[in-house]
Amino acid sequence: MRFESRVALSEPVGDEVRKTTCYMCACRCGIDVHLKDGKIRYIEGNRDHPVNRGVLCAKGSAGIMQHYSPARLRAPLLRTGPRGSGEFKEISWDEALKLAVEWLDPVRQADPKKLAFFTGRDQSQSLTGFWAQQFGTPNYAAHGGFCSVNMAAAGIMTIGGAFWEFGAPDWDRTKLFVMFGVAEDHDSNPIKMGIAKLKKRGARFVSVNPVRTGYSAVADNWIGIRPGTDGLLILSVVHELLKARRIDVDYLVRYSNAPWLVIDAPGEADHGLFARDGDGNALIYETVTEQVVPVGRQGARPSLSGRVQLPDGRHAVPSFTLLAEKYLDKQYAPEAVAESTGVSAETIRGLAAEIGRVAFDEAIVVDQPWTDMNGQRHDGFVGRPVSFHAMRGLSAHSNGFQTVRALHMLQVLIGAVDCPGGFRFEPPYPKPVAAHPSPHGKAEHFGSNKPLSGPHLGFPRGPEDLLVDEDGKPLRIDKAFSWDAPISAHGMMHMVIANAHAGDPYPIDVLFLYMANMAWNSSMNTAGVIKMLEDKDEATGEYRIPKIIYSDAYASEMVNYADLVLPDTTYLERHDCISLLDRPISEPDAVQDAIRWPVVKPDRDVRAFQTVLLDLGARLKLPGFVDHRGKALYEDYADYIVRHERRPGIGPLAGFRGSDGDRTGRGAINKDQLKRYIENGSFFSAHIPLEAQFYKHANRAYQDFAVKMGFFDTPQPVTFQLYQETLQKFRLSAEGVRAPLAPEAHRQRILDTFDPLPDWYQPFEEAAVSAGDFPYHAITQRPAAMYHSWGSMNAWLRQIHTKNVLYVPGQICDAQGLVDGDWAWVISHHGRIKVPVARMEALNANTMWTWNAIGKRGGAWALDRDAPEAQKGFLMNHLIHELLPPRGDGLRWSNSDPVTGQAAWYDLRVRIEKAEPGAVSEPHFADAERPGQPPTVPAELRYGQEWAK
Amino acid sequence: MHPASSIILFTTLSGLGYGLAAMLGLGLLDPALVSTKIAHVLAILLIAGGLLASTLHLGNPQRAWRALSQWRSSWLSREGVMAVATFMPLLASAWASVFHDMRLPITGLIGAAMCGVTVYCTAMIYASLRAIQAWNTPLTPACYLLFSLAGGLVLAASFATLGEGLSKWIALAGTVALAAAWGVKWAWWKRLRTMSPISTPASATGLGAIGTVRLFERPHVNENYLTREMGYKVARKHAAKLSLLATAAGGVLPCLFLSIAALSGTWMAATLCTLAVAGFALGMLVERWLFFAEARHAVMNYYGG
Amino acid sequence: MTLLPSAPPPKKLGLVIDLDVCVGCHACVISCKEWNTGGYGSALSDQDPYGADVTGTFLNRIHTFEIVPEGGEIVGEAGDARIVHFPKSCLHCDDAPCVTVCPTGASYKREEDGIVLVDEDKCIGCGLCAWSCAYGAREMDLAAGVMKKCTLCVDRIYNETLAEVDRVPSCVRTCPANARHYGDLSDPGSNVSILVAERGGFDLMPEQGTRPVNKYLPPRPRDRLADKAMPLAENSDGAKGFFAWLDGVLDRI
Ligand SMILES: Nc1nc2c(c(=O)[nH]1)N[C@H]1C(S)=C(S)[C@@H](COP(=O)(O)OP(=O)(O)OC[C@H]3O[C@@H](n4cnc5c(=O)[nH]c(N)nc54)[C@H](O)[C@@H]3O)O[C@H]1N2
Ligand SMILES: Nc1nc2c(c(=O)[nH]1)N[C@H]1C(S)=C(S)[C@@H](COP(=O)(O)OP(=O)(O)OC[C@H]3O[C@@H](n4cnc5c(=O)[nH]c(N)nc54)[C@H](O)[C@@H]3O)O[C@H]1N2
Ligand code: SF4
Ligand code: SF4
Ligand code: SF4
Ligand code: SF4
Ligand code: SF4
Ligand SMILES: [Mo]
Repeated sequence: MRFESRVALSEPVGDEVRKTTCYMCACRCGIDVHLKDGKIRYIEGNRDHPVNRGVLCAKGSAGIMQHYSPARLRAPLLRTGPRGSGEFKEISWDEALKLAVEWLDPVRQADPKKLAFFTGRDQSQSLTGFWAQQFGTPNYAAHGGFCSVNMAAAGIMTIGGAFWEFGAPDWDRTKLFVMFGVAEDHDSNPIKMGIAKLKKRGARFVSVNPVRTGYSAVADNWIGIRPGTDGLLILSVVHELLKARRIDVDYLVRYSNAPWLVIDAPGEADHGLFARDGDGNALIYETVTEQVVPVGRQGARPSLSGRVQLPDGRHAVPSFTLLAEKYLDKQYAPEAVAESTGVSAETIRGLAAEIGRVAFDEAIVVDQPWTDMNGQRHDGFVGRPVSFHAMRGLSAHSNGFQTVRALHMLQVLIGAVDCPGGFRFEPPYPKPVAAHPSPHGKAEHFGSNKPLSGPHLGFPRGPEDLLVDEDGKPLRIDKAFSWDAPISAHGMMHMVIANAHAGDPYPIDVLFLYMANMAWNSSMNTAGVIKMLEDKDEATGEYRIPKIIYSDAYASEMVNYADLVLPDTTYLERHDCISLLDRPISEPDAVQDAIRWPVVKPDRDVRAFQTVLLDLGARLKLPGFVDHRGKALYEDYADYIVRHERRPGIGPLAGFRGSDGDRTGRGAINKDQLKRYIENGSFFSAHIPLEAQFYKHANRAYQDFAVKMGFFDTPQPVTFQLYQETLQKFRLSAEGVRAPLAPEAHRQRILDTFDPLPDWYQPFEEAAVSAGDFPYHAITQRPAAMYHSWGSMNAWLRQIHTKNVLYVPGQICDAQGLVDGDWAWVISHHGRIKVPVARMEALNANTMWTWNAIGKRGGAWALDRDAPEAQKGFLMNHLIHELLPPRGDGLRWSNSDPVTGQAAWYDLRVRIEKAEPGAVSEPHFADAERPGQPPTVPAELRYGQEWAK
Repeated sequence: MHPASSIILFTTLSGLGYGLAAMLGLGLLDPALVSTKIAHVLAILLIAGGLLASTLHLGNPQRAWRALSQWRSSWLSREGVMAVATFMPLLASAWASVFHDMRLPITGLIGAAMCGVTVYCTAMIYASLRAIQAWNTPLTPACYLLFSLAGGLVLAASFATLGEGLSKWIALAGTVALAAAWGVKWAWWKRLRTMSPISTPASATGLGAIGTVRLFERPHVNENYLTREMGYKVARKHAAKLSLLATAAGGVLPCLFLSIAALSGTWMAATLCTLAVAGFALGMLVERWLFFAEARHAVMNYYGG
Repeated sequence: MTLLPSAPPPKKLGLVIDLDVCVGCHACVISCKEWNTGGYGSALSDQDPYGADVTGTFLNRIHTFEIVPEGGEIVGEAGDARIVHFPKSCLHCDDAPCVTVCPTGASYKREEDGIVLVDEDKCIGCGLCAWSCAYGAREMDLAAGVMKKCTLCVDRIYNETLAEVDRVPSCVRTCPANARHYGDLSDPGSNVSILVAERGGFDLMPEQGTRPVNKYLPPRPRDRLADKAMPLAENSDGAKGFFAWLDGVLDRI
């Protein structure tokens, strides 16, 4: 008997395919959404999409369950009970928006800084930032301050681009790939696809990570480093490479500031700064003419060593001399760092040798003539096929900025930035600091009823650009761009609630949050933050943070702490724009952006937040949102995406511009633009000509291309800043020799940490607590199948991570008598948690870890109160404080990188003690009520049963 | 393996039923006696009850009839076919006894043989499963058959005490069968508790060459069908105690009672034999519980069990 | 028919799974669930989906193993203890016990390509096939009461409404790390057979006598970075020597 007759083999998948962009994480893959009977039948990767080429991760495929989750909010909510009670009434959008205007308008009239507008993991910062700027508050930022600002700032300040979202390894050509501290990252699918390519070609993949899971599990070599010591490892590799003369001198001379002369005049206001001519051009020493000349002179042969006399009689040395002297010191010898890093000297040597061997002995050439910015022709692109990638394992430490700088320096030393086989920039990067704004928010930048005079975020060029008053006191609510964290280029979201609660530097009236679960997994010291949100002024009976407006799409923990909740749509129900003005999806070879569009209609009274923001802008009559008669300029976000122009001809989307849709980058508004995107699979891709694909920082063809595309109005080549002058300016302020002077309390810290050359210092928490009391490190990792807190309401994803355990090295288990299933107290200087433990061997011996953000508050996310996420699951956040332990002088520093303000999540130090067996992890919070009028939660799901044959 | 009560009941009841039916078929009891008639009915009720219990664990019992179709390859199907077929001779024998006070010798013999085959098929459902090494031995059908025989004899003895009186032969046969059954069962246990697993995490993953393989994370945190069905584990100490209890209740006591009963007066014998039946039934339930609970499924190599 | 095909199938379609690159991302798990819950047979249900005892039917799962080299150093930075992510779905065995034990004929192996399927209309949900499978590749759907298993996406691989390139299993198409390969393992020239030959593909639990069609590729052998350490060139005299060398290089540029 034959059976095929029983199986319908050729059923169409659905009735229709709609192509849009995934939003289950920030990777932004292209998806084909198959619809059947108006419901989502199947979501698969878009094969034509340049980001994911057809593949999809677990979260992406689970979009169905995300979209239909019972945790979706259903209507605007107005709080009726106390904060946290979950008592709300559903109100109409008109009421909600009126109320918001009632709260916001007076703030704008009186004192716009009393609005703090902070957005989380969204991808519409070009709109939200613009809105905040037009509102006039200096208090705006997105979540980058607790996320990845160390990556971004160190990258941009060193090489003009960053690992984080602005570049990628040359997966097709690299022969040695070294990855530092990455579990998942934003480039989630591309990294996996890339690793597969490496493996197929037999390239070596080294992972430096205390934990050997995920990518590290498949790495050819795993270096189980002790957290917070990567800087030492990298500098030791640099030491070895210098000693072995394995550096690309030609590359250094051409593309970096290695030859730039550094003034050697201790005690003077410009000691350690670059010697410059009258036009501000840095000077070099020309060896043929034996003269000091400005950089960029045709045919100059700069010197990299020696001490020269400047025209003004003072002395200077090429910055490379300082660099080489510093790292050749034996404090960076492998033997010297082996103990601190937990990596054997032999392994460090082996790593350095491999890097040097592959970079130089296996160099490649792409035969494509090109011209550099000096007009010099080159026969081809020389490739040093060693590439690196790094993320929060480096960045989430208080020494992360310097560590990431060290890694970029290593790349430059071997000539492996934007070359074939190396790390490659993704347009619109590279972009020198000079092409970034400096931050706005000084007193003269804002005022009643007027827009902020420029963008909030950017790069201070020196202490003079700080947003502080005459006394050096911070002007922003998060204290970004203050002496606390001068180059906090992404703001410091993790400090907002604590500062607003303390009224330090000033109290605020309205806290407006979008898409950030601040009452749970995105805060340090979660219990403390909850208290601050609930805390009332005893005198007035008012909440210390008087009004909280929050936009979320789901019943997260944060929703119950808002006074007014603006329910967002899901990602399949709205327009979105992944813009070159923001964090685009470009590839090294192509300029790319993308959209989302409503592939299904909302079945609830929800609105896309961006549309709501535009509406609010119009109601508040913010310039840029209304015309001269006060009429709204944009109907909705879709309309804005098409018609908004930042500069003439430059709007949110680069593709299909011009009235006929045939212009790219710059061009007139095309009213059919979204239609063209949709037809094209919801993305746009413009190939970079081969001649412009490498050495973009110094490639004439690329720079012209970038201008044509509208990234810049004039070419913006980048000279790699191995020696960072801006940092030295802060040191001079701290030394008291250069104005503005650093306040006394900050001086030592700046001197210790703002080395203009990449440096390593002990992470602050480790330095502040006793190694005897808190001998171990505790870190978290992102699970591939969960996106922060969003995954738990997803019926499919939550089965993979229904609860988390703490993984403890076998040695510690043996010492403490812990076996799988036991419970333990984990104790930090700030708090203690009681958690279930499990043994692990493939782990740094001093480190314990757990999956991030699995623990949930009972009742949140439409989960049952007794859901394992809430009973056994736990957050590491309870152990982490936003401040460091008090010092002798009673001062408490923020638990952040001193340069960028990046939250130092992974500096955490703990001890562990066996606990009595438990059923519930601790701390345990009162259950959250479900906000609004929630639908009943099904006891069983049979998704797709109606289609079963 | 999860000791599902439906299956424990099924194998226990049907084992007893077939044993008794076989003894009746062999003509151990006088067909004209009321007690024998009751025995016939009881045998059929036990079998039917067992079969009914077995359908309780089906996901779609309404289609159970389909299970008769695959006798060429499936022991479960064979068991089903045999069970249905065996009803014919058993019903005929019962009919003859209940309504006509007579015994159908050929039918009885055929019935008895078919009872044996059915029990063998039941046992082979388990014994044929390589994935469950504990069961995958000829000792399994041997146990099932001997237990069925012993159960049949103990029941027959008991009915004899209610009717014609217990013959020494039945008592003796019962005692021997009990001893043999438990003897083989102990051999089965010994094998179970001393065998080295043919499949290990190393062979399940093929990674044994790299080192010692240990489950680190389950694929899904909560239990799934497989871990609920196959992940049951009983502590060794516990299992050892339970096997002693089973042997005492289902073997030693019935033997003792049968022997004493054979030598004592009617009422005394009846009481003792009833106790022997009760002990045996209890022993069987425990034995069957252990049969499942102690068996480790190869799939647990993937689940850290 | 629960008898296995008498002649070896002309094709042996199956998967080859590369343990050297599987990063344990569970993409294939969810993609499989998603495809199959609206596709072949009844939905893959989830019980208590938002509650304490959430559980559901999946046809493909990723297990994670830790392997500690015997006699080796085991801990942390020095050692070689490692994690291997281990995907597992039906192996479409040649000698599939799950087929022969099935009393109803619901379970069968296709003659033309060797795919093992369950005809849900015939399945009584006795669970015996799941007991017989050493690999845990069958799961009873608690809502439907029928046995579910990997179909090798039979409703994709022959689906003429899909573009040719998409006629591969959902899990294969989605795997970001390219750890899953699909093809005809009876054809020595097929992509999968070549992988198996080149990489030493192996069977899971050969001792079970099931002769699985699916094969696993072992992690590639690794070498130690420490063994790469090379004596450094000209490393004798510190910064001074270095700058002398540097000047020499600059002269040559
Ligand atoms: N211990 C520890 N804590 C950490 C980290 C860590 O590594 N360890 N990492 C930190 C980092 S880097 C980050 S980025 C943060 C992330 O922390 P968050 O950004 O707070 O976390 P998410 O869980 O992504 O949730 C943000 C909110 O967005 C909501 N949301 C989801 N989709 C939509 C939508 O379409 N519209 C709207 N309006 N809302 C939506 C979710 O419901 C959720 O409430 O966590 C930080 N916290
Ligand atoms: N699936 C999924 N993808 C995500 C997210 C998610 O929640 N889920 N979140 C997104 C967000 S907001 C972010 S910021 C990115 C973050 O992406 P990742 O940087 O990949 O995120 P983490 O999980 O924080 O990973 C940090 C890694 O660094 C290691 N590590 C910790 N300390 C050190 C150290 O001192 N040195 C070294 N070498 N390693 C160390 C940890 O073991 C961990 O593997 O991921 C994004 N992508
Ligand atoms: S990596 Fe996954 S969740 Fe993120 S965008 Fe891509 S498919 Fe979606
Ligand atoms: S893996 Fe299991 S279900 Fe699949 S064919 Fe083999 S025995 Fe049957
Ligand atoms: S559960 Fe269904 S497919 Fe499995 S053996 Fe029973 S009837 Fe056959
Ligand atoms: S082949 Fe299809 S059914 Fe089988 S595991 Fe892959 S996706 Fe699931
Ligand atoms: S999708 Fe690929 S890499 Fe991810 S778990 Fe599955 S097989 Fe492994
Ligand atoms: Mo982040």
